Amino acid sequence: MSKSVSIFGKKVVWFLLPIVGTLFVLIGWSVLSATIAPNLPSPGKTWEMSRPYIVEPFAKRGELDQGILRFTWYSLLRVAQGYSLGLVIGIPLGFLLGMSKLFARCVDPTIQLLRPVSPLAWLPLGLVLFQKPDPAATFSIAMCSMWPTVLNTALGVRSVPEDYMNVARVLKLSAWKRLVKIILPAALPYMFTGFRLSLGIAWLVIVAAEMLTGAPGVGGFLWQEYNSLIYEHIILCIITIGAVGFVLDRLMGLVERRFQTA
Amino acid sequence: MAFLELRGVSKGFGEGSRRSEVLRDISLDVGEGEFVAIVGYSGAGKSTLMSLCAGLSKPDRGSVLLGGKAVVGPGPDRGVVFQNYSLLPWLSVYENVYLAVDQVFRTWAPAKKREHTERFVEMVNLTPASAKKPAQLSGGMRQRVSVARALAMDPKVLLMDEPLSALDALTRPTLQDEIERIFLLSHKTVLLITNDVDEGIRLADRIIPLSAGPAATLGDPVIVDLPRPRDRRALNHNPRFKEIRAEIVRSLVQLGPKNRSSVRPEPRVAALDSRTVEVGA
Repeated sequence: MSKSVSIFGKKVVWFLLPIVGTLFVLIGWSVLSATIAPNLPSPGKTWEMSRPYIVEPFAKRGELDQGILRFTWYSLLRVAQGYSLGLVIGIPLGFLLGMSKLFARCVDPTIQLLRPVSPLAWLPLGLVLFQKPDPAATFSIAMCSMWPTVLNTALGVRSVPEDYMNVARVLKLSAWKRLVKIILPAALPYMFTGFRLSLGIAWLVIVAAEMLTGAPGVGGFLWQEYNSLIYEHIILCIITIGAVGFVLDRLMGLVERRFQTA
Repeated sequence: MAFLELRGVSKGFGEGSRRSEVLRDISLDVGEGEFVAIVGYSGAGKSTLMSLCAGLSKPDRGSVLLGGKAVVGPGPDRGVVFQNYSLLPWLSVYENVYLAVDQVFRTWAPAKKREHTERFVEMVNLTPASAKKPAQLSGGMRQRVSVARALAMDPKVLLMDEPLSALDALTRPTLQDEIERIFLLSHKTVLLITNDVDEGIRLADRIIPLSAGPAATLGDPVIVDLPRPRDRRALNHNPRFKEIRAEIVRSLVQLGPKNRSSVRPEPRVAALDSRTVEVGA
């Protein structure tokens, strides 16, 4: 009897711990805003000012005065465009890099040069090339987010066990069949790692891109509220950005499990 | 007429001063329908030899011939059973065998391909596990899938590269029985490479020792004139079996590495008579 109580007790404690931790963070936040950081809005004030945006998440009162989920939706649409473009370019590039040592050697300096470039540098270039903010943002997201996909796909292709390639050789599989039936399934776990990392970067970039171009979305709203001196909304945006990023990662994890191969 | 033939085959790796010669002047004849076993030391170049026969690599000197024609590359006419099974983990037992059937018999109707696949899965007694993935199978079962796949290609010769090495001592004899049964059923030409003398004698018509590396060569073959099918328990007490075994072991010791500190310590030669062939039922 006492054993089952203690197991139950353990489960309760385990469930409560994250809530307790978060409470401490909120308390810490309140203390900070009350003492050494008076400019930082308190949790209470943040909630008060954010209520209309959270309670009516789909309202549209003006271009840059919409419910928080509407803003999130706009941002996600832009991410989808840029991320897809990144995958469309990145996956074939990754395959080429993995399959051809010659190609890899040719292209490697360029990749190493472009990889560390921050979105803030790509965006002005994008604006110059496309003149309008949305294509520029899509371009920036693609350029920044595709590298993990490229490199992890290449790694996956290179890591296909020799044994499987020998099977392909004995069976005399055509190059296409070998790619689709052996290399692709074998490399898929690596590719998904790339997809997940790329998605995280894409979400990061969209916020920066929106801030710089003022387009309506979570990032755009954040920057606008900063300029309007409503700092509580900055925190609302931060929390939203974090929450959406978390959900996106989880979703990608679900997709990965669905397509599990090796 | 030799069906599978190696003439003066040599193979080495590396360049210049770091060149190591793995095999030197290997000549071998396997007749059609014959079961030949090559027994040798670990690291002697057994897998290299198999790779050359399969066409997965090219010899530096000499030639490999199948049915009189030179082997230029790998192909389904040389069915390979790999040491590591090489099953595709995302395909089920059925799908792994079907992949080979689909590729080799492209012009067949799907129903015929299906029936062919099922027949070979049944031949290795894996029909109940047909839908399972390799990760859900034991080592012995995986090896059976590998054999089924190789046979389903209807190869001219079956090349088995230490197929049972990764299995425990209790499963090995069961799989040896399977291999003999399938050999008698299918009438294939088989070249088996193994590190187990008893396995070689149990299964083969002829057994050839491979010397220790580097520059390994083949020793004199020994004919295994034991009648088939061979009962492995009875073999223990068969005097001819013991004679053959003694001869092979003697050959291997003579062909062994120059320093005596490796594989077969000499006292084992003397203890032959009291040793049993297999462990377990």
